[in-house]
Amino acid sequence: MKPRLLDLGDTALTLELGDKVDLALNARVLAARDTLGTVPGITDIVPSYRSLTVHFDPAILERHELAGQLLRAAEATPQNSALVTRWRIPVLYGGTHGPDLIEVARATGRSEEAVVEAFCSLELRVFMIGFLPGFPYLGELPDWLQLPRRSTPRTAVPPQSVAIAGAQAAIYPWQSPGGWHLLGRTPVRMFDLAFPERPALLAVGDSVQFTQIDTAEFERLSAAADAGELSREKLLAP
Amino acid sequence: MIEILACNGAATVQDTGRPGFRHLGVPLSGALDGGLLHIANALVSNRPDAAAIELRLVGPRLRAEAATLISLAGAVDGRIEDAHGNSRVARAWASHRLGAGDTLILGAIRSGVAYLAIAGGIDVPRVLGSRSTYTRAQLGGFKGRQLAAGDRLDVLPSASQKIGDGETVAIELQLPNPPLFGASPLRVLAGPQQEYFTAQARARLVEDEFIVSPQADRMGLRLAGPRLEHDPRYGADIVSDGVTPGTIQVPADGNPIVLLADCQTIGGYPKIATVISADLPRLGHALPGQKLRFAEVSIEEAQAARRQATKALTETLASICPTNAEFNLDALYTANLIDGVIDAQQKN
Repeated sequence: MKPRLLDLGDTALTLELGDKVDLALNARVLAARDTLGTVPGITDIVPSYRSLTVHFDPAILERHELAGQLLRAAEATPQNSALVTRWRIPVLYGGTHGPDLIEVARATGRSEEAVVEAFCSLELRVFMIGFLPGFPYLGELPDWLQLPRRSTPRTAVPPQSVAIAGAQAAIYPWQSPGGWHLLGRTPVRMFDLAFPERPALLAVGDSVQFTQIDTAEFERLSAAADAGELSREKLLAP
Repeated sequence: MIEILACNGAATVQDTGRPGFRHLGVPLSGALDGGLLHIANALVSNRPDAAAIELRLVGPRLRAEAATLISLAGAVDGRIEDAHGNSRVARAWASHRLGAGDTLILGAIRSGVAYLAIAGGIDVPRVLGSRSTYTRAQLGGFKGRQLAAGDRLDVLPSASQKIGDGETVAIELQLPNPPLFGASPLRVLAGPQQEYFTAQARARLVEDEFIVSPQADRMGLRLAGPRLEHDPRYGADIVSDGVTPGTIQVPADGNPIVLLADCQTIGGYPKIATVISADLPRLGHALPGQKLRFAEVSIEEAQAARRQATKALTETLASICPTNAEFNLDALYTANLIDGVIDAQQKN
């Protein structure tokens, strides 16, 4: 697919590189972002699965000038992602914290333990952050684990719920409505202003592997998180 | 210090917004009508980006603990009561001195949104560079939420009150010719996903009338009216990408949603069009039940409209002058304010 420039109103341009959820495509998006760099007049650069949306101030940066820079950035070659941060996110699965695990096991014809074990074996990529502050879109799930969204969304998904829908997994940083299947909950905060340099834990391009913890560990880590003593360094993959 | 005595509307602390964090999923937020915020701040000699109180539905009742200067921008009625029970009118589009212990009582916000600025600006902590409230993530503003009775808001020191020999001098200012809100259609740029819609849907967007549904908040407005049908070859889902305030996205049911300041950063519904930045403030005025029309323009027209809006705001700000003589309230309201609002509601 040829790169396209799309006007999102008169204060944003979207560089569209494709229309799929695809690792190679997402890597091209990030390469375009890195190539664009810092340009006066750009206020926000938002990568998605397959496009880059650039918000700008037309009083400082002319649209046609930005358009030229974006089309040049579209040609950037993805670099090897040696700098990717690999995270291990602990999760308490099932029960009241993962009320849909039973249903997911039934729908996939596996035991709850087998679903958890398979889910924890995946290394998922952060394709984009959006919807809510710090909300990561992770992918891709294997075909057998891909389920349509719940027919009736929940009005209140508890914060820090780990959920799946289609080819994606996500962690809800805040209580919000949601139609994804809830597998469990993590004591880790996805968005924390106690880290002003990096309030969102995850960044696009990072990888995430989920681990399994028991109730006692969940409560211990939750208490540590409440006290501001849950170290992010300890979440890095060895 | 300002104490909220009662608050039945939706009042939040807002400034010019929180750019630079949308890649983390943090919305822009900020005043729905940045021009009105600017005017309110100018009337109390604040910087344009000082935090003020955004008023929606009905204004609160509040008390000033120390003498201060406040201003109102937008179509809102106000009254000031002192400790002795004396009452006076607090007109919109002007600043007013409040004595220590005076109470300000505000009525309905007839312009959909209005701003109450306080000399110095509201002093809440800056979160990610902004004092704006984003309630969904309890971010910024006063404890990340709408104001409620009992809240006590600190105010930053005001430059205008340091004039003179240590005396507090607060000059009341006014805007003689308040801006008209206009009833013309909201101008849009097509796309980014106009090809996801049938030719009939694209025609309906600009030919038919839409009504703002009760599901309207700072995130967006759900509209009722003609259904905008997706081209069956494409369907109603896209691989999610960026959205912005003004974006008109259309879910499978065909009822458009117009996004506002607190909108998410990324969305999965096709976007038939985006309201241009010059008309975005008027979108913030829309109330449930109000009729909206859209008109498509070119990018060049959108850019010209933005320059024109900036020029008009500059001229409006330049016309602010001290309030000296008694005002002919009836003439002001009849000529500019009420007419403009009723006009907008009837024709828009």
